[in-house]
Amino acid sequence: MSLTHDIIKEKLTAQFGDKLIAWEESYGMLAVTVQNDFNLKVLTFLNDDAQLGFKFMTDLTGVHYPDRKGEEIAVVYHLHNLVENVRMRVKVYAPIEKPDVYTATGLFSGANWMERETYDFYGVNFIGHPDLRRVLNVDEMDYFPLRKEFPLEDQTRIDKDDEMFGR
Amino acid sequence: MLEQVNIDLPEGSIEKQTTRLNLGPTHPATHGVFQNILEMDGERIIKAESTVGYIHRAFEKIAERRPLYQITTLTDRLNYCSSPLNNMGWHLTCEKLLNVTTPKRVDYLRVIIMELSRISDHLICNSIVGVDAGAYTGFLYVMQYRELIYEIYEEICGSRLTTNMGRVGGFERNFNQTAFTKIEKFLAEFPEVWKEFENLFTRNRIFVERTRGTGAISADRALNYGFTGPNLRAAGIDYDVRVHSPYSSYEDFDFIIPVGTTGDNYDRFQVRNEEIWQSLSIIRQAYQKVQEFKGAEAEVFHADAPEYYLPAKADVYTKMEALIYHFKIVMGEIEMPVGEVYNSIEGGNGELGFYLISDGGRTPYRLHFRRPCFIYYQAYAEIVKDTMLSDAIITMSSLNLIAGEMDA
Repeated sequence: MSLTHDIIKEKLTAQFGDKLIAWEESYGMLAVTVQNDFNLKVLTFLNDDAQLGFKFMTDLTGVHYPDRKGEEIAVVYHLHNLVENVRMRVKVYAPIEKPDVYTATGLFSGANWMERETYDFYGVNFIGHPDLRRVLNVDEMDYFPLRKEFPLEDQTRIDKDDEMFGR
Repeated sequence: MLEQVNIDLPEGSIEKQTTRLNLGPTHPATHGVFQNILEMDGERIIKAESTVGYIHRAFEKIAERRPLYQITTLTDRLNYCSSPLNNMGWHLTCEKLLNVTTPKRVDYLRVIIMELSRISDHLICNSIVGVDAGAYTGFLYVMQYRELIYEIYEEICGSRLTTNMGRVGGFERNFNQTAFTKIEKFLAEFPEVWKEFENLFTRNRIFVERTRGTGAISADRALNYGFTGPNLRAAGIDYDVRVHSPYSSYEDFDFIIPVGTTGDNYDRFQVRNEEIWQSLSIIRQAYQKVQEFKGAEAEVFHADAPEYYLPAKADVYTKMEALIYHFKIVMGEIEMPVGEVYNSIEGGNGELGFYLISDGGRTPYRLHFRRPCFIYYQAYAEIVKDTMLSDAIITMSSLNLIAGEMDA
């Protein structure tokens, strides 16, 4: 029996009930938003359950939504069941003052650097990560550059006066 | 950081203390700015620590202010050994978001280009493995065929390395006759050369002893580390995005996915070799299919999507609508539909994914590249533990680490 979105929804709801905040489906991929401190439990369940079998983590990244008060930072996991060839997305939101999320390194070794990258750019504090340091930026950096409060330079600025590179 | 000095000397070690060795960031054997701090017991590595992050270019941030067509140039610079693959992957992602369907001929032309760049990617990787095992000849010999592939790119888009090839919806122009002639030339000449290259290596005693059993990773660990592409298939898992979720009409082609068993350097080399043969067969099939289009059908090189595909210059000067679309596209004033899309293609090194979040604006709200290199490089420390230094070098080249793909 193939794994349909309905089965995933049913099984997760039976297990976690009101810990699941929202379901959405965008371009054919099922996404579930999970209560902040339940990400690891949900990932473990998706990984361990014989029928669900989401044993491959494709991707892990962060997103910053400055307008959503209390849940500014999102952490997005892309999971893949390679046998049934079904993908799904798991999201958790955390407040920007205290962006704490449990680490998935215990489940997926590959999460290690992906979480370091997310920490590097968004400042997500992955609780239990064995080695949470910056990975792409310099160690001395004291801000998280992919957050929306750091705008890119205005392309139409005219105050630069540089013969070679100015505009 | 490695703080402890003289840590954990293995039993039976004749050394009194360990040596710390900096392999890289610029070292002739590392083919890129990779730094590895190795803790050595004689010539044996007892601990490795990899760092990455010398060329971070903030592509994901820059992409947040660019219209879709300007992001293609950023994708060029991910895996620069196979830029057209990245370009096509990006266009496919945009098309998925914008609900554009491409005609079959465009799909087949894309398949030709994607498989050519897969060949050029694997060709570099395998010949570099040869170089690191001490055989320079193969590398120089097959290089002329990468040159031919680059000439084909040149005919199609005008550039060679960072190609910026194609547009959302298709190609910027139809392939010219020279391009087809060069593809024919490639199909005619390359197999013989590649056969010779294989003969140099696959049963070569020195090469086999250097590569077999070194740098191995089990299927289980590879999956857990998020390996994809040839490196995962060498460990014995037949996951290939082209087959699992076909894109660009890959379902119309007949090919096999080669898999290895041990996941060592030799298997990775062999998997890439066989993939080159499969790619050649796919190109042949696609070329055949492209030649079957006659008359007006043979002139189709883009989708009918005027809102997203830049109109022909002659139309811009003579037609009102074309002028409007031209202006809107060039000025980046195309509003995207709201949504989140994840799309992936089988890149040279594995699953190259694009996670694009659109809030309905003119630029992506967030764009994340799933870069296979970055994800599997973290396994390097585990793979080279308890191996010899010279094996570590050859493992690095057979994993095909591309600096551009590690950092975004």
